Amino acid sequence: MIWVDTIIQGILLGGLYALFASGLSLVFGIMRLVNLAHGDLIVMGAYLILVLVTLLGLSPFIAVFIAMPLMFALGWVLQKYLLNRTLGDDILPPLLVTFGLSIALQNALLEGFSADSQRLPTNALTTASVEAGPITLGVMPLLTFASAVLVIIGLNQLFYRTELGRAFRATSDDATTASLMGIKPANIFATATGIALVIVTIAALYLGLRANFDPNIGPARLIYAFEAVIIGGLGSLWGTLLGGIIIGVAQTVGAAINPEWQILAGHIAFLVVLLIRPRGLFPRAND
Amino acid sequence: MSILSLKNVSKSFGALTVTDDASFDVPQGQALGIIGPNGAGKSTLFNLITGNIRSDQGNIHFQGRDVTKVSAMERCLTGIGRSFQIPQPFEKLTVYENLLVAATHGRNLSERDVRDDCADVLERTELIKRANVPAGQLSLLERKRLELSRAMATQPKLLLLDEIAGGLTEGECQALIRTIQDIHAQGVTIIWIEHVLHALTSVVERLLVLDFGKVIGLGDPDEIMASKEVQEIYLGIEV
Repeated sequence: MIWVDTIIQGILLGGLYALFASGLSLVFGIMRLVNLAHGDLIVMGAYLILVLVTLLGLSPFIAVFIAMPLMFALGWVLQKYLLNRTLGDDILPPLLVTFGLSIALQNALLEGFSADSQRLPTNALTTASVEAGPITLGVMPLLTFASAVLVIIGLNQLFYRTELGRAFRATSDDATTASLMGIKPANIFATATGIALVIVTIAALYLGLRANFDPNIGPARLIYAFEAVIIGGLGSLWGTLLGGIIIGVAQTVGAAINPEWQILAGHIAFLVVLLIRPRGLFPRAND
Repeated sequence: MSILSLKNVSKSFGALTVTDDASFDVPQGQALGIIGPNGAGKSTLFNLITGNIRSDQGNIHFQGRDVTKVSAMERCLTGIGRSFQIPQPFEKLTVYENLLVAATHGRNLSERDVRDDCADVLERTELIKRANVPAGQLSLLERKRLELSRAMATQPKLLLLDEIAGGLTEGECQALIRTIQDIHAQGVTIIWIEHVLHALTSVVERLLVLDFGKVIGLGDPDEIMASKEVQEIYLGIEV
């Protein structure tokens, strides 16, 4: 029974990794931009929520709704005035610029908040649990997983049911032709990054409630996000969720065998999937 | 009244003059064919009209307004629609979605306002049965039809067709001609670049001949085709 418990905890942890990864997947899917600062943006989101909680005395669950529009605006401006300038046939400029952004963000956070690790304040809800037969499930992991599923359903609806989603897909397909149809790719990309940072904010909430964070943990979150996206197959959101779950399960199983193996087991699972399916589990037809 | 008027339009890429002092008018509702050997500057002329490239000299008027310095997007909104020589559909979007994108953004309207129009266009271009198929799965004729449909979805007053009949079988070509005739009969002004001459002459009322960026002939298709100069330059026939 302990193994069933371990695997279920791993699946729920996968929800968190899927949240880390969805924003990355969205941005990559639409503009082929690999954002190396993604992990640091998650950490920044967590600090933003912490500041709102501390200054306004709000619950983190309320503060996140204030943080979301702020992060959307940040993403929009960042894409429109910085990252759009790096896009082109050459893939190196966006990598260099977001790598630089990652370092700048880490140092800015270090300067502003010191290297002390922080945590979002917990309450009765965050430590509550429910009994499901012989297994005890934390309310927080359940909420995290449910949020990940909702985010992915929401993104799929956005993509396939709305005018904006159609513009996203058209621009992703062929930005030049899209611009001849009257679409402004620069604004479409800015909106996409804005939405990605809204998802980042949700991920940041659960990151901050679940564990301690400090300015230096961004790159590791980026790696988990990357692995989830690549396992799932680039551009497939449900694949990203499955990728997150695979890493989550591998980590909890690894930790159950030996606590030192948690992180390693996740990376090994990633490598195994890559060996068997180099293009991920649900690759898009032509990428 | 002429819907489009070019006055002394020139364009060079470096030392190469691709459009050389071109002047002509297209009356409202007319279909004008453009012919000329490869490299004569036919597609460049289209790019100048749609605003994808800017002219070095001269003026372009559309519906009486000077659009020489107006962006491609704004020209699209004022009613210039085009199809491309090589079909460029959004491959992962369905046929219907391809039209919706063109219609909503090309006319600045919401999806609700353009839904019926898009279905009408697909009906007219005989693509309605393929409406929900991803554009990447279409045959060549269907792609050409989609290219035409997408230009039509922006409800252009002036429709530019770039070698839309190329590469089709005779039967397919006839089917496409009927569709274009139908569009023309509804009062849309058409400028059509085409190497398939019989397709062109079965629709257009006037022919323009380009050679090395220069307009060397403009008039009744039969007279143009009969002229010695055109036969020599365009068809390379010693007469």
